[in-house]
Amino acid sequence: MRHILSVLMENESGALARLVGLFAQRGYNIDSLNVAPTDDVTLSRLTLVTRGDDQIIEQITKQLNKLVEVVKVVDLTEGTHVERGLMMVKVRAAGAQREEVKRTSDIFRAQIIDVTPTTYTIMVTGDEEKLAAFLESLSGTTIMEVARTGVSGVARGEKVLSL
Amino acid sequence: MLSGGEMLCRALHDEGVEYIYGYPGGSVLHIYDALHQQTKIKHILVRHEQAATHMADAYARASGKAGVVLVTSGPGATNAITGIATAYMDSIPMVVITGQVMSHLIGGDAFQETDMVGISRPVVKHNMIVRDPKDIPGIIKKAFYIAESGRPGPVVVDIPKDMTMPNVKFPYEYPERVKMRSYNPVKKGHSGQIRKAVNMLMQARKPVIYTGGGVILGRASKELTKLAKTLNFPVTNTLMGLGGFPGTDEQFLGMLGMHGSYEANMAMHNCDVILAIGARLDDRVTNNTAKFCPDAKLIHIDIDPASISKNIQADLPIVGPVKAVLTEMLEQIDNSSLHVDDAALDRWWSQIAEWRTRHGGRYRTDDSKLMKPQFVIETLSKVTQGNAYVCSDVGQHQMFAAQYYKFNKPNRWINSGGLGTMGFGLPAAMGVQLNYPDADVVCVTGEGSIQMNIQELSTCRQYGLPVKILCLNNGYLGMVRQWQDMNYESRYSHSYMDSLPDFAKLAEAYGHVGIVVDRAEDLESKLKEALAIRDKAVFIDVRIDPEEHVYPMQVPNGAMCDMFLSKTERT
Ligand SMILES: Cc1ncc(C[n+]2csc(CCOP(=O)(O)OP(=O)(O)O)c2C)c(N)n1
Ligand SMILES: [Mg+2]
Repeated sequence: MRHILSVLMENESGALARLVGLFAQRGYNIDSLNVAPTDDVTLSRLTLVTRGDDQIIEQITKQLNKLVEVVKVVDLTEGTHVERGLMMVKVRAAGAQREEVKRTSDIFRAQIIDVTPTTYTIMVTGDEEKLAAFLESLSGTTIMEVARTGVSGVARGEKVLSL
Repeated sequence: MLSGGEMLCRALHDEGVEYIYGYPGGSVLHIYDALHQQTKIKHILVRHEQAATHMADAYARASGKAGVVLVTSGPGATNAITGIATAYMDSIPMVVITGQVMSHLIGGDAFQETDMVGISRPVVKHNMIVRDPKDIPGIIKKAFYIAESGRPGPVVVDIPKDMTMPNVKFPYEYPERVKMRSYNPVKKGHSGQIRKAVNMLMQARKPVIYTGGGVILGRASKELTKLAKTLNFPVTNTLMGLGGFPGTDEQFLGMLGMHGSYEANMAMHNCDVILAIGARLDDRVTNNTAKFCPDAKLIHIDIDPASISKNIQADLPIVGPVKAVLTEMLEQIDNSSLHVDDAALDRWWSQIAEWRTRHGGRYRTDDSKLMKPQFVIETLSKVTQGNAYVCSDVGQHQMFAAQYYKFNKPNRWINSGGLGTMGFGLPAAMGVQLNYPDADVVCVTGEGSIQMNIQELSTCRQYGLPVKILCLNNGYLGMVRQWQDMNYESRYSHSYMDSLPDFAKLAEAYGHVGIVVDRAEDLESKLKEALAIRDKAVFIDVRIDPEEHVYPMQVPNGAMCDMFLSKTERT
């Protein structure tokens, strides 16, 4: 099962290495990872997509909580939540392709953020399914480069992850 | 106003540290110079950094307080890693101060630079690097707090050389307490969960109390003993838990697990309720988890939530310090209207008695004139009345010591359980002897293990530590040989050590006493003679039967009750 873990931790050097190291040491996998300081710059928020059965996810959560710099951990997938990732795709866009790519981008409410006579760079946001579907829809196009942020997310409604 | 090095010494003193164990080198020279100019902290100079870590570790195991190590960067730090990992696996509080190259050189592959924070990360509870000398007192305070609180463990503090410059001084103040928003170990268990546990215990018909190192670390052996007595339940200890319950008590089943007693493993397999206390159900205990105790409900008390339901799903988890949880449990039992099922317990005890008579820790004595290792440990136990500090190395001798020494007190059995570090025994014994000068401290070792830190005989001489080295000399890496007998048709691939030294003479060369014992009838008097020597270490080289195996031994991948009982019998 896919889980999204949100982790609030001290924004200190070494904290991220410790967290990533934990996953490597204990053989847990990381599908994607996203980290940046919060509005309170002493805290970082990290969003991590992982996979595993309930027992593994329970262990991951407990092991994360044991890290001295980790303040709080929640499993967003336990409740309703919103999740988004951002993706930039640079494609070969020449001739008739230009119109086709533009139309597809519009359908996905993606934006073309850089243009040259032969390329487009498209930015699209959404959950992992949408991003995958967008890439799928570009299958007739030459994809030159893809850059993705990994998932970020919050719980719906009043529920928050804060101090 | 104090320099970084001086602040470090002061902070250690303010933390109540008396001894530190270490070895100098380039990056810690400022600290060593500061040490030289004060008298409060006493430094013990080892011969290899690994030994410093084991000395500090063993002090912690005996006293419950964090041991302190000081080593230089690069090779000094990497030599300490084995000892740090040893402490980590057994949750031993330790503060390891490692020198580091100057801050501006970090990352440039400078002379004797290793990324100690990186290398040690997987084997520490926490680690920190000092970036500003002013932070030293606060970081040291934090290091001790983290090492000793919650589930204890080693903490590494990496100090770049420029943080301890003698001419750069700061006002010194040692913080009274630490407050960390991200680290708050639990102080007590959940009362509702404890109530449910009491109900389960009162309904149990075939219960077992199974306890581990958490009872020793959590100083809860008194509470455990009281609980076991109140309930009249049988108790078994893990390798790390020995001494948590008196070894000579009728209710004690012995150690459980891979080399556990027949009755302990049988009782576990057949029980209906397991009360696990400060134990982590690791693979050396459970054997095949799919076949683990099929009828048992598991109540699991541990300070570390991650230890609960990691290997075996707990039916009733209780997170908290074992002492606080057991104290509350005892109160609740006192106030409860429920009673244990005496009739069922009687039946359970007679079943256990039957198991005891069937095996009961016997070993073969008839078929050879050679001394049996079990007999050696039994004699040691008798001569020291179960009160010695027994610091073991790793191998067959360790298992014999665990099985046949009757520990009556906690913190007396000092061994590397989780990592199984050969070379632990001698420095461990030294660390204990230094801090408990009047105690009988015995290093039980093998001719293989002792050679992994034999150089410490020199340290032993320098500080006049009268440890007793009881070497069960079978001329083999016995535990390896046993596995080769059992699994590789006795092909002894590199388990025989040729060219063994004359240990007695070697000990004498270091200025100690050497004794050889090769007849069983001499053993007791020689042991007494050795124990009477208080100013020198004594190496007692006991020639034992090289063919002996450790039994019982669980059948690989079986249930707890599947055991080989001797070379010819299995359950
Ligand atoms: C540092 C280290 N290397 C290897 C091992 C694997 N090992 C476990 S027991 C053992 C043999 C120990 O021999 P000895 O000290 O003579 O004890 P005996 O088993 O003969 O009593 C070995 C090699 C280990 N535990 N630690
Ligand atoms: Mg041997």
